[in-house]
Amino acid sequence: MRITQGTFSYLPDFSDDEISAQIQYAIDQGWAVAVEFTDDPHPRNVLWEMWGLPMFEIGDASAGLHEVTACRAAYPDHYIKVSAYDAALGRQTTALSFIVSRPAHEPGFRLDRQEMADRRIRYSLHSYATDRPAGSRGGSNGQRGS
Amino acid sequence: MATGQNRWNAGVLPYAEMGYYDADYVPKDTDILTAFRITPQPGVPPEEAGAAVAGESSTATWTVVWTDRLTAHEHYQAKCYQVDPVPGREGEYIAYIAYDIDLFEEGSIPNLTSSIIGNVFGFKALRALRLEDMRIPLPYVKTFHGPPHGIVMEREYLNKYGRPLLGATTKPKLGLSARNYGRVVYEALRGGLDFTKDDENINSQPFMRWRDRYLFAMEGVNRAMQQTGEIKGHYLNVTAASMEEMYERAEFAKELGSIVVMVDLTVGYTALHSMSNWARANGVLLHLHRAGHGTYTRQKSHGVSFRVIAKWCRLIGVDHIHAGTVVGKLEGDPAMVRGYYDTLRESLTPRDLSHGMYFEQDWGSMPAVMPVASGGIHAGQMHQLIDYLGEDVILQFGGGTIGHPMGIAAGATANRVATEAMIKARNEGKDFAAEGEDILAQAAKQCRELQAALDTWGDISFNYESTDTPDVVATPTA
Repeated sequence: MRITQGTFSYLPDFSDDEISAQIQYAIDQGWAVAVEFTDDPHPRNVLWEMWGLPMFEIGDASAGLHEVTACRAAYPDHYIKVSAYDAALGRQTTALSFIVSRPAHEPGFRLDRQEMADRRIRYSLHSYATDRPAGSRGGSNGQRGS
Repeated sequence: MATGQNRWNAGVLPYAEMGYYDADYVPKDTDILTAFRITPQPGVPPEEAGAAVAGESSTATWTVVWTDRLTAHEHYQAKCYQVDPVPGREGEYIAYIAYDIDLFEEGSIPNLTSSIIGNVFGFKALRALRLEDMRIPLPYVKTFHGPPHGIVMEREYLNKYGRPLLGATTKPKLGLSARNYGRVVYEALRGGLDFTKDDENINSQPFMRWRDRYLFAMEGVNRAMQQTGEIKGHYLNVTAASMEEMYERAEFAKELGSIVVMVDLTVGYTALHSMSNWARANGVLLHLHRAGHGTYTRQKSHGVSFRVIAKWCRLIGVDHIHAGTVVGKLEGDPAMVRGYYDTLRESLTPRDLSHGMYFEQDWGSMPAVMPVASGGIHAGQMHQLIDYLGEDVILQFGGGTIGHPMGIAAGATANRVATEAMIKARNEGKDFAAEGEDILAQAAKQCRELQAALDTWGDISFNYESTDTPDVVATPTA
């Protein structure tokens, strides 16, 4: 399956030039750019691992793309996303967030149903990726050097 | 103004002479200000008509009463302080009226509206009356909770950023069984929409009771989450005949894990306050459908402008409200709709008569409401929708999803691809409003679903003249 989180998941995967164009847009808006990665794309997992700190003073898009490339090399079989953060008063939240890398095989989710009284059902999504212990889910597990 | 003993003689005095008109009055920062469009009866001077509105919406009755003298009556009297003729509309005037903040109960839209639009709309001395706009002073804003979550929190909750959210209203509006209903929900959400929606008149009818609908809709929501790895929601309409029934339905929706419930404007302001409190306490988004508003918002000379309804609803506190599409099947002049969207989303809106905004409005840190564009919109209008409405909006395609020739999921995919392609082009610096059709055509080359949508609806538009358009008044006010 193809998970469709992020701003652009229904479009064909972006080339490096297309990723750079979006990073440039974020820079032009005054937003900080961040790279994050995970091996558990559960929709409620909103805290992916940070590939270093957000880039608050990023000169141009090539610096952002450089970090994407480095993260891909370290985690070739993880999900990686680029996020842009708007610190303006009244926003102070993410402004753009799109996936730039996916594992070759996306394991997807199982829907568990707990049947309760009166026909009620308690639903739960299980991320197949978490069936294996952390650290053995593919790719490198090394943290980025500081 | 009548003075001395004359002011208190028993009998009838013109409102203007009782102190309800004062051209020298300088509004205080804490005053509630209103702009009324008045159409006086023949022979009634506009200043007297403005004073009458001020009087009847605050302390006055039709005759002098000595009991006014038991109060600091001048403090409680609303004051009409300016009357301007409306350019190009003979017999119509904009009357500006100031009300002291002490006239209103804290945090109560029912109380505010019982004064401002209470008796006065039936007043014989006026042929017509319309409340165009209000300035809610920040000290009064601060007595309201506002949206239970607001745009920022909703996006963080949904984990969706940088593009309009997408929805569809289940069609046909009436008659589907619960299982068929759940099918529509599932297909639309798995195809790429973020939300599906009960229609305003789906409550609990013989063909489908609310409890059955909730169960099947939530099955559809959860299956779609499993298929996409995205958070999805269905606005479960909890509108019912009593608060007890609404709470029962909302509690059941929450128990099933629904992230959102909806309510219709027809429930009234008190019930909206209550549902807002419930939504805040239970972490559930609150969607408001503005059912019925066209009866009093649409005509230019009489009623209440939707921008005022939007202000009241932001104060009461809803997370979503339908606010117009510009390009769809329902009333909405582009400049007026822009004013509604700014009212819902911005922290500070300037006076701007070209958008129908009569006053500067400061919301302080009150969260923003997500506007919803719904009614006769389709993927082929995506460039216009994003150009007019921006990205903090829910684009709600009912027929434009469910009527797709390849099926509901295909319709949803077409809408999602059109959205993402347009946002991508915008961010790349393209003039997307001008090049929109070309951007969609390019995206459709890699998406059959979008191509089919464009082939089916590409040249459908609703070009009718709007009834509610801005007037530009030449005289500025304080």
